[in-house]
Amino acid sequence: METRPFSDVSYNQFLNEDKLMGCRCKSCGTLYLPPRSICIGCYSSNMEWVEMDGKGKLVAFTVVSVGPPYMAAEGFNRKNPYCVGVVEMGEGVKIDARIEGLDMKNPETIRVGTPLTLKFLHRGETEKMKTFVAFEA
Amino acid sequence: MTPFNMYKDKDSKDLFVEAFKEMLTTVDKGIDPKDIDALYVGNFIGDFLVHQGHWGPIISDVLGLSPIPATRTEGACASSALAFREGVFAIASGFYDIVLVGGVEEMSKRTTEEVAEGVGLALPPYAMQAGFTFPAVFGALATAYFAKYGACREHLMNVTIKSHNNASLNPMAQYNVSIADIMNQKMEGIRKKGGPLPAWKDEKDFLRDPKVNPPVAWPINLYDCCPISDGASCALLVAEEIAANFTDDPLHVVGLGQGSGRGLHAAMDITSFEATRHAAKEAYEMSGLKPEDIQFAEVHDCFSIAEFIHMEDLGFFKPGEAYRAVEDGLTRLDGSIPINTSGGLKCKGHPVGATAIAQIEELWRQLRGNAGKRQLAHKNLRIGGAQSLGGTGGTCTFTILERR
Repeated sequence: METRPFSDVSYNQFLNEDKLMGCRCKSCGTLYLPPRSICIGCYSSNMEWVEMDGKGKLVAFTVVSVGPPYMAAEGFNRKNPYCVGVVEMGEGVKIDARIEGLDMKNPETIRVGTPLTLKFLHRGETEKMKTFVAFEA
Repeated sequence: MTPFNMYKDKDSKDLFVEAFKEMLTTVDKGIDPKDIDALYVGNFIGDFLVHQGHWGPIISDVLGLSPIPATRTEGACASSALAFREGVFAIASGFYDIVLVGGVEEMSKRTTEEVAEGVGLALPPYAMQAGFTFPAVFGALATAYFAKYGACREHLMNVTIKSHNNASLNPMAQYNVSIADIMNQKMEGIRKKGGPLPAWKDEKDFLRDPKVNPPVAWPINLYDCCPISDGASCALLVAEEIAANFTDDPLHVVGLGQGSGRGLHAAMDITSFEATRHAAKEAYEMSGLKPEDIQFAEVHDCFSIAEFIHMEDLGFFKPGEAYRAVEDGLTRLDGSIPINTSGGLKCKGHPVGATAIAQIEELWRQLRGNAGKRQLAHKNLRIGGAQSLGGTGGTCTFTILERR
């Protein structure tokens, strides 16, 4: 059984292992993504890890022409904008994520409701590796 | 308040002193600053942008108010709304009788990237990690709103055009000019240079041109965004029993509300701010007023889409109807509920820590008949509301003032 604490540190460790993990309150059944160590519905601390199956749909998005320095470092700019959005997972919880595989040059063609599949973007090496959640159209 | 602008030669202390001096001239029967019991100062990112924290005593010292208690409040872009609330609470509790509240922010001396990083400190951590910026969060709200209610970019332009029209009548505004005049000035400049003239037919045609209105975060373009500004604002709060010592025409704080929100991914409804809804509920309950009693309002239009959402969250319009109301002119100066008569954050400017009390100052100007060319023509103007939003909806407030 998975015994890691229900924290952002564990969440990010799982991402490095290509797993998107939420947690479920064993008392009232509420699902959380990212995990929480207490249930904000019934205040139970009786949680279990749940792996997301990776299917979702786009509920809000934007295509960013002017990004922060860490996105500029990945080669994104006015000529090469990137998409971020909010994705509702099949399990019902939502997540902020990068969105790939859409026509970023023509954002008016992108549709809320587009079905998406989870992927993991790894940046950096070994101990310094960070993993970002992305979805592919 | 100070006019909001980009000041090379003034720092936060200078700006607050200027706002304070201006405030003193507006107290009908005068006030001796030595009678002030306490000070609350809103400031968001002075620590990051000008490497200075602990603003309470710094401001109390420059105003000659030390050693009275001086407290800084922080609620991102709603920071001075919290100063205002603390001031009201201090008086309502009976602890103090005369309280100075204000806000200040100094932003323009840093690069746009540094300012973006600074205000980005108020983004929820998961949004930041995914690559969201502030305009990106509001771009995402806009795509969700569009998909749900059938609005489009053209509707956002109606907000921008209205804000600029109002600001053209406000000499304190950073962009004291209408879109029509900006368009004509640019056209004139091109004509003088002898270049090929653009084919802009009207204001919307101008705003559709990506050369003058480039995309920032779809569907948010440059003219959907508030500017980077410096400025300060302040207001004097006094106990009702002694108000007559200062004026025969005080405004009464009748409604006060604050709410907290959560990150974008955790919001129940992406086209609404639950923090604003909570703040509005508190303020309406306290005042016994209803949305239809609010005659005009200042709302936190950091990005054009936000104006639709706030008007719906405050109950002025049903969900999904605000964009049509703006299109129909209901929120213009001559409409049934004028919104952002000052020009809003978009045009008046948004020195984040100073903004909320500057919104309240616009209520004061309108209610007291001091709003100059943008004065509302309403015969019995009595009740106005100011809504502020911090971060991506993490801290929202609603304040209702009444002239009796």
